Amino acid sequence: PTAVCLRNIITLSGSLTKLAYYSTVQHKVARVRSFDHSGKDIDNEPLYEISVQEEITARLHFIKFENTYIETCLDFIKDHLVNTETKVIKATGGGAYKFKDLIEKKLGLKVDKEDVMTCLIKGCNFVLRNIPHEVFAYQKDSDTEFRFQTNHPNIFPYLLVNIGSGVSIVKVESEDKFEWIGGSSIGGGTFWGLGALLTKTKKFDELLQLASKGQHTNVDMLVKDVYGGAYQTLGLSGNLIASSFGKSTTADKEFSKEDMAKSLLHMISNDIGQLACLHAKLHNLDKIYFGGFFIRGHPVTMRTITYSINFFSKGEVQALFLRHEGYLGAIGAFLKGAEQDNPNQYSWGENYAGSSGLMSTSPDVYPMQRTRSGTFDMLEMDRLERPLVNLPLLKDPSTYIPDTVDLTDDAMARKYWLTCFEEALDGVAKRAAASQPDSVDAQERAEKFRQKYWNKLQTLRQQPFAYGTLTVRSLLDTREHCLNEFNFPDPYSKVKQKENGIALKCFQSVIESLDSLGWEERQFALVKGLLAGNVFDWGAKAVSDQWLERLKGPPHKCALIFADNSGIDIILGVFPFVRELLSRGTEVILACNSGPALNDVTYSESLIVTERIAAMDPVIHSALRDEKLLLVQTGSSSPCLDLSRLDQGLAVLVRERQTDLVVIEGMGRAIHTNYYAVLRCESLKLAVIKNSWLADRLGGKIFSVIFKYEVPCK
Amino acid sequence: MSWAQHGQSETRWGLVQHRRSGDSTEGHVFPWFGLDIGGTLVKLVYFEPKDITAEEEEEEVENLKSIRKYLTSNVAYGSTGIRDVHLELKDLTLCGRKGNLHFIRFPTHDMPAFIQMGSEKHFSSLHTTLCATGGGAYKFEQDFLTMGDLELCKLDELDCLVKGVLYIDSVGFNGHSECYYFENPTDPERCQKLPFNLENPYPLLLVNIGSGVSILAAYSKDNYKRVTGTSLGGGTFFGLCCLLTGCSTFEEALEMASHGDSTKVDKLVRDIYGGDYERFGLPGWAVASSFGNMMSKEKRESVSKEDLARATLITITNNIGSIARMCALNENINRVVFVGNFLRINTISMRLLAYALDYWSKGQLKALFLEHEGYFGAVGALLGLLDSA
Repeated sequence: PTAVCLRNIITLSGSLTKLAYYSTVQHKVARVRSFDHSGKDIDNEPLYEISVQEEITARLHFIKFENTYIETCLDFIKDHLVNTETKVIKATGGGAYKFKDLIEKKLGLKVDKEDVMTCLIKGCNFVLRNIPHEVFAYQKDSDTEFRFQTNHPNIFPYLLVNIGSGVSIVKVESEDKFEWIGGSSIGGGTFWGLGALLTKTKKFDELLQLASKGQHTNVDMLVKDVYGGAYQTLGLSGNLIASSFGKSTTADKEFSKEDMAKSLLHMISNDIGQLACLHAKLHNLDKIYFGGFFIRGHPVTMRTITYSINFFSKGEVQALFLRHEGYLGAIGAFLKGAEQDNPNQYSWGENYAGSSGLMSTSPDVYPMQRTRSGTFDMLEMDRLERPLVNLPLLKDPSTYIPDTVDLTDDAMARKYWLTCFEEALDGVAKRAAASQPDSVDAQERAEKFRQKYWNKLQTLRQQPFAYGTLTVRSLLDTREHCLNEFNFPDPYSKVKQKENGIALKCFQSVIESLDSLGWEERQFALVKGLLAGNVFDWGAKAVSDQWLERLKGPPHKCALIFADNSGIDIILGVFPFVRELLSRGTEVILACNSGPALNDVTYSESLIVTERIAAMDPVIHSALRDEKLLLVQTGSSSPCLDLSRLDQGLAVLVRERQTDLVVIEGMGRAIHTNYYAVLRCESLKLAVIKNSWLADRLGGKIFSVIFKYEVPCK
Repeated sequence: MSWAQHGQSETRWGLVQHRRSGDSTEGHVFPWFGLDIGGTLVKLVYFEPKDITAEEEEEEVENLKSIRKYLTSNVAYGSTGIRDVHLELKDLTLCGRKGNLHFIRFPTHDMPAFIQMGSEKHFSSLHTTLCATGGGAYKFEQDFLTMGDLELCKLDELDCLVKGVLYIDSVGFNGHSECYYFENPTDPERCQKLPFNLENPYPLLLVNIGSGVSILAAYSKDNYKRVTGTSLGGGTFFGLCCLLTGCSTFEEALEMASHGDSTKVDKLVRDIYGGDYERFGLPGWAVASSFGNMMSKEKRESVSKEDLARATLITITNNIGSIARMCALNENINRVVFVGNFLRINTISMRLLAYALDYWSKGQLKALFLEHEGYFGAVGALLGLLDSA
């Protein structure tokens, strides 16, 4: 981003201050525009014009830092407040009271205090709705401590258990309807306060550290201490705590700090878990999210709370945690303050380039922090142009997982892919620099991009869970975000332009040769073409028989096709296939990415290409005219495909046209993602595996073909 | 220190006489004991027959007599055993015999000495059955056998507790009501202890607060279950008090608590919001964070031991009230009986429980208490003995 303009600022404090602001970010985007070719020799002209333009997008920033930096923070805000009409600053939390005067004096703004819980819940709804893999369960004895959950399309109702100094249990039923259903005074403050008294240790983190080293059995009276073993008739294990601190009922004995801290931690975690379960049972809820400073990024407390919930609910309820839990209040306060911008009517996407990820301790470089070396943390959310929704054809949106391989879970796969991306990085940086030959600082920016992405990859090696489930998709998306961050919006634009031009020239001869084939041969050739014209051994004949049989039957009503690459792929592969479907009487929705990613065809490129093809081909021409062929955008700028976050317009059209066939092509969309996606209608997933490791994983060879024709079970 | 050393009539307890001690007791050989061995305290109930005929007296073996005399003529045994004289039930008719029921307690850590004494006095020669419940019935079973040559009859804890409660309530407390409640618990001026008629007890939530807490739901005489429990019980109060104040007895801890001010230690709703938190209907006086003020160094330095003891008591009591209330709601029961030795001489906790239940349930739930607080398990064990013939 080149310019930041602050629109609204919130601070929220515990011992940490969270600052939320809304900015309009100016960054470069590549635009394509069709030339007027009338009366010109089109053979020697490029197909269309590419221009780099400034675009303004909205972005939400959340920064978390220690209160000691409050003055630096306020200076930063002041410096950037020039172009704003903001007169009021929203604040919530303890710091709202504490820093009111300082803020009002320094910024000349009025501090408007917002209700803590209202903010918290607003923020919670926002992240649950907008951040995939926001929610995770904690597993202690597993390779992957963090088990990320699929976003359920309906986030309500849920229970939010906020463990601050005390505990608040809130039932959230809808965006605006929530109710405090209970609470407990035994919370984080009890752990901290009582812990400080017992161990003379002052800091919360140090207390947790003590606790993680202690043996609670020295302090607690266990069931086996009372019974001599397990309490069989009630099924109580001997190791259960019968009485917390039950062994310290003597003035004569000394107990270690570690043991007491551990006992206290168990006592409080168990108590909170028990109350949460009792409330969940009473209100018949099975989703419990935990937050508050007691939980915040502390594996120790997440572990004990998870244990407690599991024990008291007999495994029926899972304790869930949120990746951006620490920001909820700030996000909510911000949303309240930004209601005139209607943030809830948009979809938002986490910007991996600008977010530091879960439990990151790396001191990211940021303008206001460059001179200081404090540990702080940030989150950026980009406002998307249009709302994103589920593909209506997903069989079960609540269990849909786009990604084929979970790299958080699979250490071998993770190592392989991280290395892959590392090795490819120099090439990507070079290509980025080369894509802007006229720019004086392209080299420098490419190097910055390289550094940034390299650091992200290193972070992910250490903390694979930093941005939710690690997948090939998230690695690709992070790379795109980083490229954008350094103003390389579309490094492939010129390549795409050239390849589209070449492919268009071949279009007519390809169509002629296809038309000359017999019906069955043609169907093979069309599928081959869809597989991007790769040379391959057509060994998957058995699979395609079913497809051929199907084609002999009645035409599909409407096909939704997710396109992949520019050039040969879209023009000589997808379009002939589209043409065949149209000839059969099937309507076609052709979906291309809203923004650029690698050499994938974008929606605006597809418009130009289609226009040109229509000029050559009467089938396409009339289909466009009669709205039998519809071009739409996916809402995505990823080389992969998440069917749970698609442009609303696409979803509406899919429903209106009663789509009964979905075609997904290419590695990114059909193999890295959606390989296992189950739809409610027929689907074709096609790709050539261009990676030997992955081919091996899926039980095939490099360059072997994936041709999956799936029919839903009746 | 131990029972045996301080036993008053040690020298007279040596005879071994393999003789039944009277046939007029409907098959139940005296002495009649019921034992409840908890995590912290052992509760012993002893039935002293008052209708012993001259003939019986004649036949009564020497050591049985000495046991009776020893138990009934003392109020303290050794340095730690205590008879709660004020709880004694007089002129009780039990299995056709008239007599007094005595309530005795001593710490569980003196259990080995107790068994040792039984062994030295050849208790096993009396051919009585010793019925016991509580975790210690399992833990000390082997010790009873090897050290005391006594086979324990282990009885289920829940059975004993429920049986004991119903029985004692049915016989009453020497003409008074066993069960009571606090009227106007939310108004300190008008709050008073009043008898409660527990004639139709079901459904009932029974909260037994010993070292830990067990919560039972009873729907009928034979239909009851353990709902849940918590490890934050009397042991936690006492254990934390020992660590925080250096006290060494439960009585001392309670005494300190009665002189303390918990609001210096706890963070109240009004400390955070300046008053009530209206958005959630939370009153300003409610505790927002137990020990929450102790996060600050200055406040840690300004509180007294009494304040800390009081805060510990309030924390544990409120938490038990809160869990009990949730269980009552989940089980759809509106009467909650609190028993267990945590409540012994602990009016602060009883009033607080009564208050908390009433306030947070908006008057829907009623907290009930029983005079014999911690002895119901032991009474149930005694009844188990008499049932067993």
